[in-house]
Amino acid sequence: MGRKKIKSVSYAKYGYIFSIPFVLAFLVFTAYPIFYTAIIGFTDLKGLGKTDFMIMDNPFQNFQQILKTPSFQKSLINTVIIWTCNFIPQLLLALLLTAWFTNQRQKIKGQGAFKVLFYMPNIITAATIAILFNVLFGYPMGPINDLFKLLGLADKPINFLINKWTARGIVSFIQFWMWYGQTMIVLIAGVLGINPTLFEAAEIDGATSRQVFFYITLPSLRTIMLFTLVTSLIGGMQMFDIPKLFLNGGPDNSTLTVSVFIFNQAFSGSYMYNRASAASMIMFLIIAVLSAILFYILRDKDAAKMKKELKKIKKAQKAAARGAGA
Amino acid sequence: MKKTLKHEPIAGRTITRVIKYIVCITLAILSIMPFWIMLMNATRNTYEIQQSSISLVPSSYLLNNFKVFEGKSFNPLVGFKNSFIIAAGSTLLNVYFSSLTAYALVVYHWKLRQPFFTFIMAVLMVPAQVSSIGFYQFMYRIGWTNSFLPLVLPAMAAPAVVFFMRQYLLGALSIDIVNSARIDGANEFYTFNRIVLPIMKPAIATQAIFSFVGSWNNLFMPLILLTDKKNYTMPIMVSLLRGDIYRTEFGAVYLGLSLTVLPLFIVYFALSKYIIAGVALGSMKE
Repeated sequence: MGRKKIKSVSYAKYGYIFSIPFVLAFLVFTAYPIFYTAIIGFTDLKGLGKTDFMIMDNPFQNFQQILKTPSFQKSLINTVIIWTCNFIPQLLLALLLTAWFTNQRQKIKGQGAFKVLFYMPNIITAATIAILFNVLFGYPMGPINDLFKLLGLADKPINFLINKWTARGIVSFIQFWMWYGQTMIVLIAGVLGINPTLFEAAEIDGATSRQVFFYITLPSLRTIMLFTLVTSLIGGMQMFDIPKLFLNGGPDNSTLTVSVFIFNQAFSGSYMYNRASAASMIMFLIIAVLSAILFYILRDKDAAKMKKELKKIKKAQKAAARGAGA
Repeated sequence: MKKTLKHEPIAGRTITRVIKYIVCITLAILSIMPFWIMLMNATRNTYEIQQSSISLVPSSYLLNNFKVFEGKSFNPLVGFKNSFIIAAGSTLLNVYFSSLTAYALVVYHWKLRQPFFTFIMAVLMVPAQVSSIGFYQFMYRIGWTNSFLPLVLPAMAAPAVVFFMRQYLLGALSIDIVNSARIDGANEFYTFNRIVLPIMKPAIATQAIFSFVGSWNNLFMPLILLTDKKNYTMPIMVSLLRGDIYRTEFGAVYLGLSLTVLPLFIVYFALSKYIIAGVALGSMKE
């Protein structure tokens, strides 16, 4: 290993050269705009088409005001509510399906087709789905109301879209419906990655399917589930297309999420770029904390892998030594 | 090994099996039904939809519904063209430069390699939303609003894709191939383009699908940057269907929605095998 390294030293400069496009694009299109957004958060920049700004006398005025704004607080709460109501059932259903699809004793036929169908909503334009659901839940006439009448669930048409909780519920449902398939596929992949000898040993010991799931499968999926949780939370913070186009944050701001709030502050009404920037930075902070957690998870995994590999090498060396001895 | 002694009673097993299939079929119907209703209603007129908005069979008003769009702002062809240009351009940049960066991280031993990789992991999840105001102001200043460039060029820096490509290269590329190319006198660029890229084909295909679909479906950035109707992308076109001009034209709204998803359906069902495998693979490696 050591010798090879010395040999490739002369090529080291290509490491830098090949990374230049990425670094440049990142600096220009991500780092600089974040920095710019942070600055705008401390200024008086507002109004359509304005680009000149001055730092405010009290630089933190926008942040203080945003944190006090009821609709911003509401958007944070909504984001948490909508995310929770989507994620918990999503994970539970995905786990249940994972248990079924990976059960070796009772195989489900047509798994491939089911996976394709369950994942399908995820790939369809969220903007289209938002408007489709808006039409489906139409009042007084719409497919869902017709369905309710058909099944005898309601005598009168229901106006789902003016009730705060049904509106939130539908947004949560859409998110759930779009993402459970993805979570399921991820978890199944996780199960397939578990060492098969564990399952074989359990089978020999006469464990039931349930025992196998709760004592082997579930504990082995912990890292993947944690990963799913954090990425879903970060994704949930950015929820935009569905709440924006489904009811534009309404009724009475009950589906207003942080991203929709930022967009509406900056690109409608009085074009408050400064307030929107302050809100963006608050969101950035939350996502940074979540990312730090994710970073920790991933790093931990890599380190564990390295340890494992080292052990393997040592074992192999021992075995070789023993072999040589004999 | 397949047959174990301990089994649940036969009757109980049959019941659980039936329950499993019922749940799976229900979920499958739940995935299809909204789109099916949408496609059927796209062929029906307002009167029919008002009588009963669920139909499992098509009607004959598809062409009439098409005519509603004439002279209105919703133009699926323009949306399709714009979305395609942006998605294709950003996908090309995304996969090429992510592969190149991953190659730099795997093959070369440079001083900043590990810090650079740590950095990529750290910015893995930074979303476009948090920098959107600064990005918009920046683009406005240099006159790039209503241009496709700010929607295409940032794809050159996609940390998550670099991460994926790196993991793939670590498993698939043997340094001997690179070394033998060097001995044959190939320069580093040639080696990457002609020898390494073909090895990465499977990973590139997977990431290209997701990159393309992601860009195609993106609403947030185009909505901020594109104000001229002739530049609207498909998701912005869709958002126009909420407007009041279409309030009474139910069939046309359904048709408009259908037109925006048809290309995705075709792509999805043609490539579903790779897409599902890609989702599983991405999760394992990340």
